[in-house]
Amino acid sequence: MPSLKDLRSRISSVKSTQKITQAMQMVAAAKLRRAQEAAEAARPYSQRMGAVLANIAQTLGDADDAPKLMVGTGASDTHLLVVCTAERGLCGGFNSSIARLARDHARKLLGQGKTVKIITVGKKGYDILRRDLGSHIIDRVDLRDVKRLGFSDADAIGKQVIDLFEKGEFDVCTLFYSEFKSVISQLPTAQQLIPASADGDSDAETGGDAAYEYEPDAAAILSDLIPRNISVQVFRALLENSASEQGARMSAMDNATRNAGEMIDKLTLDYNRQRQAQITKELIEIISGAEAL
Amino acid sequence: MAEAFKFELVSPERLMVSEDVEEVVVPGQEGYFTVLAKHAPVMATLQPGVIEVKTAAGQTERYCVFGGFVDIMPEACTLLAESAVNVNDIDPADIEQRISNAREDVEDAKDDDSRSKAMMYLDQLTTLQGAILPA
Repeated sequence: MPSLKDLRSRISSVKSTQKITQAMQMVAAAKLRRAQEAAEAARPYSQRMGAVLANIAQTLGDADDAPKLMVGTGASDTHLLVVCTAERGLCGGFNSSIARLARDHARKLLGQGKTVKIITVGKKGYDILRRDLGSHIIDRVDLRDVKRLGFSDADAIGKQVIDLFEKGEFDVCTLFYSEFKSVISQLPTAQQLIPASADGDSDAETGGDAAYEYEPDAAAILSDLIPRNISVQVFRALLENSASEQGARMSAMDNATRNAGEMIDKLTLDYNRQRQAQITKELIEIISGAEAL
Repeated sequence: MAEAFKFELVSPERLMVSEDVEEVVVPGQEGYFTVLAKHAPVMATLQPGVIEVKTAAGQTERYCVFGGFVDIMPEACTLLAESAVNVNDIDPADIEQRISNAREDVEDAKDDDSRSKAMMYLDQLTTLQGAILPA
């Protein structure tokens, strides 16, 4: 049985933990709002981009000279996985669920005898995947110093991916991130970047069937657009990810705060019970002492 | 008074402008051109330059864009810019930075094709710098 003093210090330590988790929850809530706004603000761009791309692709049809980025190399021997995670922990199962999805995917590919290369974005993904897929990680991108996620951050990653593709380092590229459904639900998602999958946003609105004039010409625009589209997709993934991260952290910290509250209640009850027991014991001692006289 | 149409300027980060305008001047890859209402559908890539927007209310606003493309329909015009700033908020240091980046690109270019592309971009940037910064 812990002594009264032990209980007191337990209670005070749980109380300060509760204060920390509560503060983290509030910070996450504030950041979540910002991240959500950023994700929503970026949506028109990627939607328009998808619509325009679909439009041009339709015009061009299945031309033989279609850019490689769109149709792929025709092979699928080497896969590049771009795994986007958070920079920090303490956000529930957020990081591990993305990493698990990526790991399962990698295992499946390895089982089929394909080569797997991994680029991790964010520190946590690297930490998790390093353990059993360390030899496949070819690069890691650190966004730790990035205060506010800008398009240029995503653009750098997109350019790197395109660079590797042009060097023939891989055939298929898949992007792993967590889609933001709501504050309590984030869905780890795998999205194929190269070759561009036919579905996606393209069905949103295809801008009608107007006969466009192209300047300079459709093929040139397409070859300009596709690399940009990859950066846009990466950007969107990063924004979704940051909103998801804050959402996950918020609910994780909410849970932690509630658990700490329950624990404090239980400890306080124990503490009071023991205090009473001690008082009763002292009283009995005094009374029986007085009776003996 | 000219007829108004819907104009949207979108950067990857956010929707910057969405309003009814009378005319827009955009820096197409093959030269500046003006868009009025009922323009034929055109899709064009942009070079770094200044877009001039004349709103239905009669004001003129200028934005600086660094590449992107424009999607023109008879009743609407959407400009997807790689990055865009209002000319009033432009930071000379930012342009300097872009120019020095472009210079590096020219030096790093591996083949003639990419070098000529990089040089063209650099050229466009310096022209832009000359155009918007009072000497």
